[in-house]
Amino acid sequence: MIDMNPPSDSKAPSELGQSFAKVSGAKFDRKMRLRWSNKLFRIVCIGSALFVCLVLLCILVLMLRTGILTFSNVSLAEFFFSTNWDPENEHYGALTFILGTLALTSLTMLISIPISVVVAVFLAEMTPPWLRNLLRPVLDLLVGIPSVVYGFLGLTLLIPWLRTISGHDLADGLLAASIVLTIMVLPTISRISDDAISAVPNKYRDAAYALGANRFQTVIRVVLPAAKNGIMYAVILGMARAIGETMAVVMVIGNTAQLPNSLFTPTAVLTSNIVMQISSVEFDSTWNYGLYMMGFILLAISLLMIVAVRMLQKKGGRNS
Amino acid sequence: MQPFIDINKLNLYYGEYHALKDVSIEIPERAITAFIGPSGCGKSTLLRTLNRMNDRIPGTRIEGKVAIGGTDIYHDEVHVESLRQKIGMVFQQPNPFPKSIYDNVAFGPKQHGVRGKKKLDEIVEQSLRSAVLWDEVKDDLKRPALSLSGGQQQRLCIARALAVEPDILLMDEATSALDPISTFKIEELTHELKNRYTIVMVTHNMQQAARVSQQTVFFLNGEVVEYAPTQRLFANPADSRTQDYISGRFG
Ligand SMILES: Nc1ncnc2c1ncn2[C@@H]1O[C@H](COP(=O)(O)OP(=O)(O)O)[C@@H](O)[C@H]1O
Ligand SMILES: [Mg+2]
Repeated sequence: MIDMNPPSDSKAPSELGQSFAKVSGAKFDRKMRLRWSNKLFRIVCIGSALFVCLVLLCILVLMLRTGILTFSNVSLAEFFFSTNWDPENEHYGALTFILGTLALTSLTMLISIPISVVVAVFLAEMTPPWLRNLLRPVLDLLVGIPSVVYGFLGLTLLIPWLRTISGHDLADGLLAASIVLTIMVLPTISRISDDAISAVPNKYRDAAYALGANRFQTVIRVVLPAAKNGIMYAVILGMARAIGETMAVVMVIGNTAQLPNSLFTPTAVLTSNIVMQISSVEFDSTWNYGLYMMGFILLAISLLMIVAVRMLQKKGGRNS
Repeated sequence: MQPFIDINKLNLYYGEYHALKDVSIEIPERAITAFIGPSGCGKSTLLRTLNRMNDRIPGTRIEGKVAIGGTDIYHDEVHVESLRQKIGMVFQQPNPFPKSIYDNVAFGPKQHGVRGKKKLDEIVEQSLRSAVLWDEVKDDLKRPALSLSGGQQQRLCIARALAVEPDILLMDEATSALDPISTFKIEELTHELKNRYTIVMVTHNMQQAARVSQQTVFFLNGEVVEYAPTQRLFANPADSRTQDYISGRFG
């Protein structure tokens, strides 16, 4: 039953108004507070963004400040275009490492992107729910495994295997390193891509199926293009990890400052060379400055690659 | 004359839930058939059985027969993709792909092997004209489809469906998310299209059913209460529940 009589503590309209007025205090209080909190929020946001930029700038400057000292003893041309890295005899050519990093990252991405996307499509579109609920947490766990563990796996399982199939006595090199890196970044790229694909609204799939597309066509023509931004993001994260990875690479790349003539020849990249040598150089030596410069170049390469991926993404944006 | 779509003793279950109960109706060719009834009574479900979109919902079980042009579409040998190519569908929410206008319309023909820019251009123009959208978009077909208004998007979806040359067009409350002017445009359009296509539309707007359709089917709780030529059904319903529904006593 509905009680038609108002409860005894209800107020007449005029009283009600007064009770609001009492709480809200000054007339424009609420408006002012809103304006202020908006302003404050903006300031905090802009401030945080500036702070992040500042940190990045500081890191760049810090690396460059020490790194630049290299060039008081070494010419730019030698540093960037010579492959002869022999600091004990005053040769400071870093080209091997720069090319090594570029090659290793490219090779890793070349192997890992297709595999990751296939894994992601499989996870998001084709796996029965029970298997999906099992695989997703497993992949998430793999993301967190320390890279030195991957290095061990490469050292004890991958390299012996590569030796047998390639016939080289030492199979350390770009291929071993890129396979280890692929295994490392695969969970990252495929899980983030998986999330991106899962987030594609079902209405697009419905539309494609209703037009007579089969599952393969729907995935290739509709779902992947719609998930493109998320997949790009996954690729950038994976790439950033691959460029900067040190431990796992040191363990399988062979650490020899030579331009490799095959994927099975020991070589070195920026990260592996820095970490192998930094502890044994004198603080104010050209050698030390050279290593700082290499750190700066590493940073620059990773920033440039990220910008490049972003640009590619923008360019493909309008029509697809 | 043999009915174009013949649904006979159709039962559909979502797991345990019995969503369609002994549905038997006949749908004539080149006319508009409207499904009306309160929400949740199974209109969309029946519509989806016609192009087998229910196949995508796990746990769906179907008994009975649906024949289109004399062929049992649930027969094992039916190629579902070809079936769906012959039966276009327009959804409640406009759902153009996040691609250009052109790519949206060309999507279906490309899937089905149409090659060559000239041929595709022709199909795109033809379909957009059929959907009465051509004049509004012809200047920039590369524009993202999502930049169109809701009504334009829905007409684009119709154009996209027409581009694969279907025989049947299914429309599931295709105007319910649109403003009155867009709704009017799409109603006009269906009026044109019925000369070439068999149209089945779900609507919960009875005026719309009365305005545009030639035959109306009234559903209640998964059952067909009655179906008849639209004018007769609205003027002189056979069942008292139909009378109650169309006079607005529930729904
Ligand atoms: N995918 C589904 N799984 C389970 N039940 C469903 C599903 N889709 C619809 N139903 C149920 O089937 C009944 C009919 O739904 P629907 O055909 O969408 O009704 P209408 O379109 O007439 O509003 C409703 O009770 C609804 O809850
Ligand atoms: Mg519905």
